[in-house]
Amino acid sequence: MVALARARDDVERIWAVLESVPDPEIPVLSIVDLGIVRAVEPGRVALTPTYTGCPATQVIERDVRAALDAAGYRGVRIDTALSPPWTTAWISEEGRRKLRAYGIAPPLPAGERTVACPQCGATDTEEISRFGSTPCKALWRCRACAEPFDLFKCH
Amino acid sequence: MASLPPIDLPAGTSGEGAFDAPVAEPSREKLFDYLLRLGDDSLILGQRLSEYCGHAPSVEVDLSLANMALDLIGQATLFLDLAGEVEGKGRDGDALAFHRDVLDFRNCWLVEQPNGDFAQTMARQWLFSTWQKSLFDRLANSRDPRIAEIAAKAVKEVAYHQDLAAEWVIRLGDGTEESRRRMVDGLDWMWRFVPELFEMDGIAAEAVRCGIGVDVAAFRDDYDRRLREVIAGAGLEPPADQRPILGGRRGHHSEHLGHLLAIMQFLPRTYPDSKW
Ligand SMILES: [Zn+2]
Repeated sequence: MVALARARDDVERIWAVLESVPDPEIPVLSIVDLGIVRAVEPGRVALTPTYTGCPATQVIERDVRAALDAAGYRGVRIDTALSPPWTTAWISEEGRRKLRAYGIAPPLPAGERTVACPQCGATDTEEISRFGSTPCKALWRCRACAEPFDLFKCH
Repeated sequence: MASLPPIDLPAGTSGEGAFDAPVAEPSREKLFDYLLRLGDDSLILGQRLSEYCGHAPSVEVDLSLANMALDLIGQATLFLDLAGEVEGKGRDGDALAFHRDVLDFRNCWLVEQPNGDFAQTMARQWLFSTWQKSLFDRLANSRDPRIAEIAAKAVKEVAYHQDLAAEWVIRLGDGTEESRRRMVDGLDWMWRFVPELFEMDGIAAEAVRCGIGVDVAAFRDDYDRRLREVIAGAGLEPPADQRPILGGRRGHHSEHLGHLLAIMQFLPRTYPDSKW
């Protein structure tokens, strides 16, 4: 019983540690907000890459290692899980709110086609380029406030 | 002569069925070769696209080409790491990318072709990504779960590459007189490398037989139909068929690949094991 309770506490603490690790490309989001933490067990954490070529993947693994070590979880292993592939549907509600506040339009929910400008909220927007500043973003422009912005692509 | 004793059959069996055919496993060498083909296609095209970094016609295009290059190099890392694991000689993806000689590369000719002008680059990208999308859609059902999960992950990105390149083929083909001429020339040059994408040799056939690889010949009609749609959308005629050029899967390459590798491999070969 005691061992079980301790394991449960550990899992909760590890989640808290992971919530403190920011995404290197969008530092307002934690890796938990981003939905890339796929499993937490007493001795193991599984992460999934957002995009296969995402250069942040290695940085994230290094940051997680450092955060776990600092919190006394030196023995916790970090695995990479490719399957099932990451999807933007795993970005949390909290993550979406943070994205908008940061000036990035969050990925559209399924079936939604209107992109609202994260600056002024207008929906009179257009795509400039399918590929934005990082692999996960597209470049958009708001015709109401004339500002460009990033859209987190659905994936 | 004494007769043989009767055979005790397990309950519920008649003794008349055929054995289940054992599922064949490809040899280690063949699987290694098949994985090199997958990884090298992505690696070489990724390297080609990265030549544009800082040189593309506009900043948006620069970003899109660099991001496509990253996707492709990401795929290459996964396939070549797996190839190294299958080979079992302690080589990882980096060792296979940077410390192999040109004759050991298994990519198709299409991906090693020089960028040429922007129209030629987009013609190459479109012909390749349209093929790779269909390939990965099917590879995601590979009986080898490691291959299946790489393909399932990558196919979502390749769908973007295909769309982006098709948009450019249409935009340039249906654009000005000059952009049209350049797209016609670009397609004409790249067209001769398409038949190789659909070649089925012994290794590909073995991979199909074992349920690990894809029968590329089976989606040729579908591919041709997709090409015709976009070419019509661009207001162009399909280029005339030319004598196909084959051999990349067996290590026979154009001179261009050696030059590409010289640039790509120079640093890790000159300063082995450097870290920065
Ligand atoms: Zn706006």
